[in-house]
This record gives sequence, structure tokens and C-alpha cells, in this order.
Amino acid sequence: MSTATPVTAGADTAAVRQAIATTARPPRPGPLSTALTFGWRGMLKVKHVPEQLLDVTVTPVMFLLMFTYLFGGAIAGSTSAYLDYTLPGLLVMSVLFTTVYSGVSLNTDLTKGVVDRFRSLPIWRPAPLLGSLLGDSVRYVIAGTVIIVVGVALGYRPDAGVTGALGALALVVVFSFGLSWVFSVLGLLLRSPNAVMNAGFMGIFPLTFLSNVFVDPATLPGPLEAFVNVNPISILATACRSLMDGTPDGEAITTSLVVAAALAAIFLPITTRLYRSR
Amino acid sequence: MTTHAPLAIEVTGLEKSFGDTHAVAGVDLAVPEGSIYGVLGPNGAGKTTVIRMLATLIPPDAGTARVLGHDIRTEGDAVRSLVSLTGQLASVDEELTGRENLILLGRLLGLSRSASRTRADELLEAFGISEAAARLVKHYSGGMRRRLDIAASIVVTPRLMFLDEPTTGLDPRSRGQVWEIARALQAGGTTILLCTQYLEEADQLADGIAVIDRGKVIAEGTPGQLKASVGTGGLKVRLLDPGQRGDAAGILERAVGAVVLDADPAALSVSSADASRAADGVSALARAGLGIAEFSLGQPSLDEVFLALTGHLAEERDATLEEQSS
Repeated sequence: MSTATPVTAGADTAAVRQAIATTARPPRPGPLSTALTFGWRGMLKVKHVPEQLLDVTVTPVMFLLMFTYLFGGAIAGSTSAYLDYTLPGLLVMSVLFTTVYSGVSLNTDLTKGVVDRFRSLPIWRPAPLLGSLLGDSVRYVIAGTVIIVVGVALGYRPDAGVTGALGALALVVVFSFGLSWVFSVLGLLLRSPNAVMNAGFMGIFPLTFLSNVFVDPATLPGPLEAFVNVNPISILATACRSLMDGTPDGEAITTSLVVAAALAAIFLPITTRLYRSR
Repeated sequence: MTTHAPLAIEVTGLEKSFGDTHAVAGVDLAVPEGSIYGVLGPNGAGKTTVIRMLATLIPPDAGTARVLGHDIRTEGDAVRSLVSLTGQLASVDEELTGRENLILLGRLLGLSRSASRTRADELLEAFGISEAAARLVKHYSGGMRRRLDIAASIVVTPRLMFLDEPTTGLDPRSRGQVWEIARALQAGGTTILLCTQYLEEADQLADGIAVIDRGKVIAEGTPGQLKASVGTGGLKVRLLDPGQRGDAAGILERAVGAVVLDADPAALSVSSADASRAADGVSALARAGLGIAEFSLGQPSLDEVFLALTGHLAEERDATLEEQSS
């Protein structure tokens, strides 16, 4: 190696001039293509930081193991009977926990200034939000799949087979699309990603426990039972259970979808407005 | 001044408040196309808020602004399709690689998948970041990140570029490179609005400068005019013994002119001193037996410009002010 070679760390001005000279402005891409590009960005983030999936999958798997083997016998008579009862609920919990991260990652973007760049581009304005939802859906599917696979490994067998499991997964993911806008609003209102995480879990954690995910509400004191029965998370868990058992509960499924649509109808416009004015 | 070039930026009476603070309190600007125009001021003077309004990120409270002929209030989309923003916080995605950042922007601006890859590689090469192309941006050095930020702004060459404090926190070498890139952009026909707190930077790059303080333009002109209004440059002296600063101030006061005591306890400066009077001052200090560690005759600092223009030192306003706009 000759020592005469100059160190070329840095910009090459001639090449920069060349690079500036060679572009004509391409036609503006359509809304769908722009949203898909942001979806690609979301997936790249999952690819670069797979640990973030660990965060959201380890907790539900931990709960799955803990509840099944620690309390399963006491609650349902046997661990396998309890697993049958609780797995669809844990699927719900696992995916809903993941939605909190939609707000966290939105807030992270805001604190980093990259959102300013996106907002200064001539693109369809809701595209970054819808695109990140596409990326998030990959996370939802992964989180849900992990719980189902671990459940099957522990001996859970859905009566409705693969179809039932896929149906339940699809329902939870659709519900999460609606719920994630709530956390997006938090992500736009709060100051730091940690604050979003804390506030998000402060809401979703008790709501998940005060549902029928872990116990049959029939054993609860009256007022609590009444609350648990109207908790949308209970209704969603019931719907998933029915799908996986091969006895679809039309009312629960419809109610879940209506709640998801209502959440989106309320919080999506708030999100886009906040995003525009930040 | 007679300028015949069409105006890239035309701003009248622009105002923006956050709560009780008038971040921008009536700014007028006229930036000719093809120029580099410097907006010079301390932190919190309102520079970033002006840029954020011109880039259509936040709406103004009052006033009008046209960017390349388009009204920023009513023709935001047209403005956005002609400008690029290079922010104070490098506005690239830290959690992606450098190459992915550039491809992302290429795709968002309408390049095909293969064209955006080709463009990304071309820019990475030109900006000297090829080797780090596959590394996540959060592991980049400050200079590399800043170059990527600028590269991201020219994936499609903009007609107007906002450069917000492009060299704050960079080492001198990286700073020189950013300046080279800015000159190359101008040579390619891009107008640049440069916000900076360094007089040297504005002097190096800008064709015209507006000095902004507390949300208002307090002086405007070419770098030469501005410096002439301040003085030919300052004499800076650093003594061996800080205890002698009082004596030194007296001597310089008589030999040269009004003395400013720096934050450094051993240093003092005279804001307007031509070379021969400065030399007199230094030799007067030497005759009085005061040990001099170093002295220099240089451009007036931003502090000195502010002192000359406003009668007060450049002071940072509430540091949260600029953040509130984000």
C-alpha cells in the first residue's frame, strides 16, 4: 500500500456538483405508494431493532407460563384446561400491548426531528401515519403468532384448527388498528417516548386484568363482574375464544369491530390534526 | 441596493408567538434567487422559527411570505415541492442506515425503486459516506450525519434549501466540507437560506446577511457592509497573568479604544481596531511589562457585532423557546 494515497474521508466537491446537476424532478407519487413507502420504513425498523419485538412478546409469554403453571391448576382444575381458557385471551393481551409501541415510535420520531423532514416533503399528508400503521401490523402479527405457537407447544389445540387461530389473529389485528390511534394521540401529546410507554401501559394493563382474559367473571363480585362484562377487551377475548373454539360468537365479533371502528373514527382525526400542527 | 434577480424569498411583517413570547416579531426579508442569504443571530433569536414558517411546518400569526412565488399560507404544497429542509437536529432517521434514508426519500419524492437506489449510491459516494452506507445513522459521527442530512436534502435537487445551523458542533474540517457543499449547491443554481450564529460562516458563504435579534431584523447588508458598520476587526489579547487584566485594559483603552472584557479571565478585546493601532496597543502592553500569552487581529465576533448594533451582548433567550415550535 502506498502511503501517497490521500485520505478521502469527506465530500468530493466535484462529485457533489455532478450529483446536483443530474436530477430532474420526477412525478409526484400517489398516496398509496407513499403510504407503502412509510410501511417499508416501519419494517426496516423492526429488522434493525428486533429487540423491540422481544419487549412485546416476552411479557405475554411470561404471563402465559406463569398463569398456566402457577395458577392454572387452582383456577381451572388443571393446567391444560386453563390453557384452553386463557390462550385466546393472552393472544388479545399480547397484540394489544404491542399497540402501545405505535405511540412510542411516533413520539420517538417527533423527538428526533425526522418528522420535520417528512412534513417538509410534497407528499400526501396522512401518509406517514398510515404507513407506520402498515409497519406496525407486521409487529401485531408477529406478537400474535408467537403466543399461538408457544401455546401450541405447551399443548393448546384450537378446536377450529388453523383456520380458527388465523381468524382470531385477524380479528385482534383489526381491533389493534383502531386502538393504536389512541396511543398515537398519546404519542403526539406527551413529551417523551417513556412517558407514552408509561401512560399507555397504565391504561392497557389494568384494562387487560379487569377483563375475562385470566378468569371467568362469574366468580367476581357483582359490580366488578358488570364492569368486566362490558370491557371491550373481554368482548374481544370472548370473540377470539369463540373463533378458536369453532363456535363463532357473532355478537362479540361485531361488537369488537364496532368498537375498533369507533376508536378509529374518534382518534384518527385527532391524530392527523395534532400531527399537522406539531 | 439594486437587485434585478427575481426574489426566491419575499417576507413582509412575519410574526409568530408562542404563549407570551414573540419568537418572531415582524421580520422582513428579500432573498434574491441564486444567492446564499445568511440569517445571523444568537440562539432563541427566532431564526429557526422563521425557517419553520417558510418551510410550511408552522403557520405564521401575521405577515405574508412568498417562497419562489408561492404563498406559504395558501400554496403550501407548491412550496414543499420546491424546497428542502436541513435541520439543526439532523433530520435523518437514526434507526435506518444511511443508504436506506436516501432510498426512502427518493421513493417519497417519486423516484422508481431502481432509480432511488442508484441515486442513493451516487450521493453516498459524492458525500464520502459509501463506507458507512450500511451502518445505522445513530452510529455516525457528527460530520458524517450532517453530510447525510444535506445529501438527503438533494435527493431531488431543490430550488431553495434551508440550512439551519449546518455546522454547529462540527470540528473545523467537517465545517469546511459543509461550506464546500453549500458553495457547490449555489453553483448548481440552488438558493440557500443559511441560519447561523457564526459571523465567520455567514461571511464565508453569504452574499447578503440579515442580523436578527429578539425576533426582529436589526441590520441587513452584505458581509462587507455589516463588518464595516462594526469596525475592521477586533484585537484580542490573552495575558499570561489574569491579575494584570485591569492594567492592560487601561493601556489598551488609551492606545486603541473601548475594551471588552471576555469571559476568559485572562482575555480582553477591542472591538474596532485597524492593524496599525492594534500593533500600537500590543507594543504599549509590552512596554508596560505585561506578559502576553497570545494576541490576534480578527473578525469581530457575533458578540461584538451585537454590541455594536444593539448596545447589548448577544444573549440566549429562554432556551425552550425554539423547542416549543417543534
